[in-house]
Amino acid sequence: MSKKIGDVILDVQNISLRFGGVKALTDISFNVREHEIRSIIGPNGAGKSSMLNCINGVYTPTEGTITFRGKTFDHMDSHQVATMGIARTFQNLALFKGMSVLDNIMTGRNLRMKSNLLMQALRIGPAEREEMAHREVVERIIDFLEIQAYRKTPVGQLPYGLQKRVDLGRALALEPQVLLLDEPMAGMNVEEKQDMCRFILDVNDEFGTTIVLIEHDMGVVMDISDRVVVLDYGKKIGDGEPEDVRNNEEVIRAYLGTSH
Amino acid sequence: MFYRENGQFKTSYQADQQIFPITQDRWGVLLIVAFAFVGVPFLADEYMFRAILIPFLIMALAALGVNILVGYCGQISLGSGAFMAVGAYAAYNWFIRIDGMPLIVALLLGGFFATLVGIFFGIPSLRVRGLYLAVATLAAQFFCDWAFLRIKWFTNDSASGTAAVADLQVFGLPLDSPLAKYLFCLSVLVVFGVLAKNLVRSAIGREWMAIRDMDVAASVIGIRPMYAKLSAFAVSSFIVGVAGALWAFIYLGSWEPAAFSVDRSFQLLFMVILGGMGSIMGSFFGAGFIIVLPIIINQVLPFLGEIAGVSVSTAALTHAEQIIFGSLIVWFLIVEPHGLAKLWSVAKQKLRIWPFPH
Amino acid sequence: MGFFLETLFGGLMAGMLYSLVALGFVLIFKASGVFNFAQGAMVLFAALAMARFGEWIPQYLGLENMLLANLLAFAMAAVVMFVVAWLVELLVLRHLVNQEGTTLLMATLGITYFLDGIGQTLFGSDIYKIDVGMPKEPLMLFESTFDGGIMINQEDLVAAVIAALLVAALSLFFQKTGTGRALRAVADDHQAAQSIGIPLNRIWVIVWCVAGVVALVAGMIWGSKLGVQFSLSTVALRALPVVILGGLTSVPGAIIGGLIIGVGEKLSEVFLGPYVGGGIEIWFAYVLALGFLLVRPQGLFGEKIIDRV
Repeated sequence: MSKKIGDVILDVQNISLRFGGVKALTDISFNVREHEIRSIIGPNGAGKSSMLNCINGVYTPTEGTITFRGKTFDHMDSHQVATMGIARTFQNLALFKGMSVLDNIMTGRNLRMKSNLLMQALRIGPAEREEMAHREVVERIIDFLEIQAYRKTPVGQLPYGLQKRVDLGRALALEPQVLLLDEPMAGMNVEEKQDMCRFILDVNDEFGTTIVLIEHDMGVVMDISDRVVVLDYGKKIGDGEPEDVRNNEEVIRAYLGTSH
Repeated sequence: MFYRENGQFKTSYQADQQIFPITQDRWGVLLIVAFAFVGVPFLADEYMFRAILIPFLIMALAALGVNILVGYCGQISLGSGAFMAVGAYAAYNWFIRIDGMPLIVALLLGGFFATLVGIFFGIPSLRVRGLYLAVATLAAQFFCDWAFLRIKWFTNDSASGTAAVADLQVFGLPLDSPLAKYLFCLSVLVVFGVLAKNLVRSAIGREWMAIRDMDVAASVIGIRPMYAKLSAFAVSSFIVGVAGALWAFIYLGSWEPAAFSVDRSFQLLFMVILGGMGSIMGSFFGAGFIIVLPIIINQVLPFLGEIAGVSVSTAALTHAEQIIFGSLIVWFLIVEPHGLAKLWSVAKQKLRIWPFPH
Repeated sequence: MGFFLETLFGGLMAGMLYSLVALGFVLIFKASGVFNFAQGAMVLFAALAMARFGEWIPQYLGLENMLLANLLAFAMAAVVMFVVAWLVELLVLRHLVNQEGTTLLMATLGITYFLDGIGQTLFGSDIYKIDVGMPKEPLMLFESTFDGGIMINQEDLVAAVIAALLVAALSLFFQKTGTGRALRAVADDHQAAQSIGIPLNRIWVIVWCVAGVVALVAGMIWGSKLGVQFSLSTVALRALPVVILGGLTSVPGAIIGGLIIGVGEKLSEVFLGPYVGGGIEIWFAYVLALGFLLVRPQGLFGEKIIDRV
């Protein structure tokens, strides 16, 4: 695979996160290069989702900084993060259950909609054209994810696998530079996983989107990642190419659960 | 058989996203609106206008406003009565104090001031939700109750504390007959209905629904909760304020603050719950239901009482209303939380495949 | 100064009544996560029941002993409240398990209207008296320190003592008994509690029964003081700000919040009222609660509300 992996686009430095007495993350540092697929793995409760939440602005780290494209922040504001081009999916599917698939993905376009309230109420000229232009973009995403038949269905009525695709679609609607995927294949069968892998690889290939991926399925991780970070009990215990990490003793111990 | 979409292909996104994409729906609504404007005036008598149609139209407008806030944006509000009051008293003061103030401008100004108050009392929604937000809106309700009662300036220093308007006219046409009032209210409702429907299916509507469904996720995709929530309060209060002004000017003629008490707020909330939260049609269903039901009870119960040989007092009728309303609210919440509007759309679904059962 | 203290005590006593109603809110919320808007309607319903039973028992059973008649009336009213609790669980709560808080809140709004209507249909809608033999003459205290002394209502004093006993009993119940522990588990997480075998339905019936008895005590005291009439049901609306102030999950919060609101209302009415045309009582409690919502939504003693993604 000849893929141009660029410079460091996202740099996480010495991030610690504490909830009262619970240390969710301790002194985590790693970086992500542009256009690569970076996986974060680790046993349950290792702090992987918390890490994404810090990057995303949902949690504020107790210590440490995050640098994105050269700008350093000690905490991220979720709105700002979206405008900077970082999008994410959620482990527990934070979809808008009351809305259709089409509307859910359209909400991802909201950042780019410029017409004001009055123009939307009157639905004339510029407002109408803008709505149609964004609808086209969303339809391309729907085609890409092969969910055309469900576009008007309320998301709450769809099976889990399809809901996950809608979650991905909504993140893609932001046209992000970095895509944070939180266990996108959880609860899927083999075919669904293959489809999802295909989508992720296509997004990375066609649009050059940098992917940060939390995943439990080792086969998938070893197959598609360029580099891997391993967390355990909130600490980093491995960082490097898939092969190196697979043979790392500490990582093996963490997963097999011998003495800590 | 009749209600099928067969053969209706949309060739542009624009066509797909119209207000009524199904041809039968479009014709149906146009027919109903035409009937409302042209047919009803011939069929309805003065009592029907006064007691049923005019209050229905104005309450439907108010319910529409409340539905935007509660149904689409998920912000519970028990202060709608207060916003109606602000609309009414603001419009009143502009109307009375400035010579030659056109009625429509006064109504819009009423809505505008209701918007300001609505945004102010909507600020707590940025911090709290659910019951806590309900308490904040109740603060608005009781504060306004007091303000319009005690601050004499609002009622033009009248001795009795009542406000009254007379000689209303629109574009030179007097609004004195029930028919004229009916047509005026109908026009206002249709205009606001279209604007509201446009809003809820465009970007801002999706933002409102996103906040309702999951506000944490909404902020992660770049929606600003503050803008979404306050805009919901603003738009909702504007509509409710105009409805309040209409209620005062056109339906009541002369009014006291008690017309906009907390009972009114509850009534509006019930309309939205029963009619269907997050549905424009639902607001109309709910308003109709709640306006018409007491009238039905008032006719039917004494009739039943006569058969049973029991006399039914007016107090008993009020209590019966309370019992029936209370039960209906609970029943709907359990059986069909999406209200009458959902029942209606289920009926339409069945109609689409009629005469086949499934 | 004497006048200030009098107003203060008057406020404390009024506050105690708010606290009793707020207590009912807190109990149900702690145990079921439901905010029971119908608490005020329950107070009215219970008071009506007690008032009418108090009339009917001497009438139909010829019981002359006031104390016995009242005790019997109280017991019967309590039974009625148990029936209400059981019916609410059976017909409403069971079908709304794990629905959103807003839905449950609106369901209790429906219950409010229902109870109002049916209470007045069953028991009548005039003004009734509850006579439990509370001393009505005011007490004069501190006559030596202040000129003329400070007037305190004996009835209020007795009410305060009853309320204090009730709170103590409830606190013991929650902390020391197995049922109390189960109630706290259910308040935390319905599904988790179910999964360890706690019978959700029975717990809810129990908690609504307890709240019903609290409502009865509150209704008895209010009714004895003010007469039993429809306006009693709006008492719920007056007590809402109390739970905001005190914290929705805190029993001591309900008490202290009630006292603060009671005192605040009286003091502001007497000392600020004349400047702004009077009638401040209508909104004082609510605006105070509004302030708290902006600054400290969980109230003085409540638990912080955390959202998880």
